Amino acid sequence: MLIFAARRLLATIPTLLVVTLLVFSLVRLLPGDPARLQLGEEATPQALTELRHQMGLDRPVAAQYASWLGDLGRLDLGKSLQDHTSVAGLIAQKLPTTFELALLSLLVAVALALPAGIVSALMPGSVTDRLVTLLALSGISLPSFFLGILLVYAFSVNLAWIPASGYVGLSENAGLNLKLMILPAVTLGVGSAAVLTRFLRSSLLEVLSQDYVRTARAKGVAGRLVIVKHALRNALIPVITVLGLQLGGLLGGAVVTEQIFSIPGFGRLLVDAVFTRDLPVIQGMVLTSAALVFLVSFLIDLAYGAIDPRVRYG
Amino acid sequence: MTAVPLVAPARRERSKAFRRFTANRLGVFGLIVVVLLSLVALLAPAVAPFDPAKQDFSALLQPAGAAHWLGTDELGRDTLTRVMYGARISLSAGLVSVALALLAGTLLGLIAGFVGGWLDELIGRFIDALLAFPFLILAITLAAILGPSLQNTMLAIAIVTTPAFARVTRAQVLAQRELEYVQAAGALGAGRWRTLLRHILPNISGALIVQTSLAIAEAVLAESTLSFLGLGVQPPTPSWGSMLNTARGYLQTAPWLALAPGVIIFVTVLAFNLLGDGLRDALDPRSRTK
Repeated sequence: MLIFAARRLLATIPTLLVVTLLVFSLVRLLPGDPARLQLGEEATPQALTELRHQMGLDRPVAAQYASWLGDLGRLDLGKSLQDHTSVAGLIAQKLPTTFELALLSLLVAVALALPAGIVSALMPGSVTDRLVTLLALSGISLPSFFLGILLVYAFSVNLAWIPASGYVGLSENAGLNLKLMILPAVTLGVGSAAVLTRFLRSSLLEVLSQDYVRTARAKGVAGRLVIVKHALRNALIPVITVLGLQLGGLLGGAVVTEQIFSIPGFGRLLVDAVFTRDLPVIQGMVLTSAALVFLVSFLIDLAYGAIDPRVRYG
Repeated sequence: MTAVPLVAPARRERSKAFRRFTANRLGVFGLIVVVLLSLVALLAPAVAPFDPAKQDFSALLQPAGAAHWLGTDELGRDTLTRVMYGARISLSAGLVSVALALLAGTLLGLIAGFVGGWLDELIGRFIDALLAFPFLILAITLAAILGPSLQNTMLAIAIVTTPAFARVTRAQVLAQRELEYVQAAGALGAGRWRTLLRHILPNISGALIVQTSLAIAEAVLAESTLSFLGLGVQPPTPSWGSMLNTARGYLQTAPWLALAPGVIIFVTVLAFNLLGDGLRDALDPRSRTK
């Protein structure tokens, strides 16, 4: 297992390097001078030259990249242009809120997808199946910001059950935190639920046609037990991969959801950084989001062995 | 002598695929909606009841009525007209960005899959790296770096959509490369590029058509998301995403304002997804869900 993990990790290094190269180049694409961006239009040529030297902008690009990589190795993502705080610190401060939102969204997604996918696969071609299939495609097509607005209108404006926006930390007041997180979690979770339903349906349909399911049925195992003990356990394996792959989509979706519900998380930080053109923050966040996607896909690979006994680490 | 038996099955296969597609009611529905939306976008200046920028301060935030079928916005502009003109933005963003991605992605995938070796390795790493970035986060970052405008939105969406096309093309080319007809083409003296463009490309076009339809759905959604966040087309140009963002501020007083742009984004994306699913079932019956 350890050898597999090390080998898998080594295999991702070249791709990770390309990721860092892309993020580094992104900022170089920006029209204008980062030093002028930091000092403003009024800066004197002397101040600009000094800052450029301090930032290393007068060095060759390859040297700049190497020193930036060195900083990354020490988890130093630079400083925000706005308040000169550490970018890594800012991200670390905002990520837990977004993780909570993503986790709650996944719970919503699983709670909706599990029954829908199972019912649909058990009755292929039926009216229920067609309805679930159409609903799932609608869920994928529904813009999360429109769903969010509809939910705010129904539950905050019309029924006045839940405040339209706002955020209270989980440690401050867990009850209020969860209450405020319901609408954002549903807004973000519906899209993932739709994707999961489609995967679970096709995965379950495939497993149900396998010989061992037929054998179990022939041996007289009760219908429900065949589904739960034999079919579902195997059908869920590819679905778990899809669940993990949803993380990238959830991080992107969080940008919009956090904007609608005024949640001070990772997504909100990105939008704020974009509007203030806070390059080190944007750069750090893009890199962090890619690193998180890598980490999750690595963990899924490791978890596969635990879930699926057919997978052996060689 | 050889042309007849080679062409005939291909034609037969195409007509079979056409019949399979027309038998799929949801796919046909998607196609009809896409055609209608395209007509609305093309003919907006001729069929829209008002000028999209014309403000009428005597008719602010009007609900749907005889004069304004979908009501008016906070500046008294006709919502139906702005939704019609918004179709021009959303559909052109979807089509242009996906056309660019199709071109770039297919070229990268063809080269990687057919040439192989270090070039495949290099392109593969590049695609993997681009795919590691969450779609929307990369699109937002690129749009922010390039600056808010329709052209830059298209470019940003094209860049984030390219890896998907490259990956699909590469996988298809790798599968086709080993088939007999490719080896036969080589044996008959066809050069590498001729084999690639005249023989392999037509055989993988089905997968690319399906991917194109699904990618347009995603691109339309991405364009409206960028406009919603204020990073896409700038006011006063009507775009569905920015209309929805404005409507957010009037949920208490004029909730209907959000309905028209929200529903039209949903219907457009759904239509392209239905069309893509229908095309997949028709062009690749093996992937069909029973």
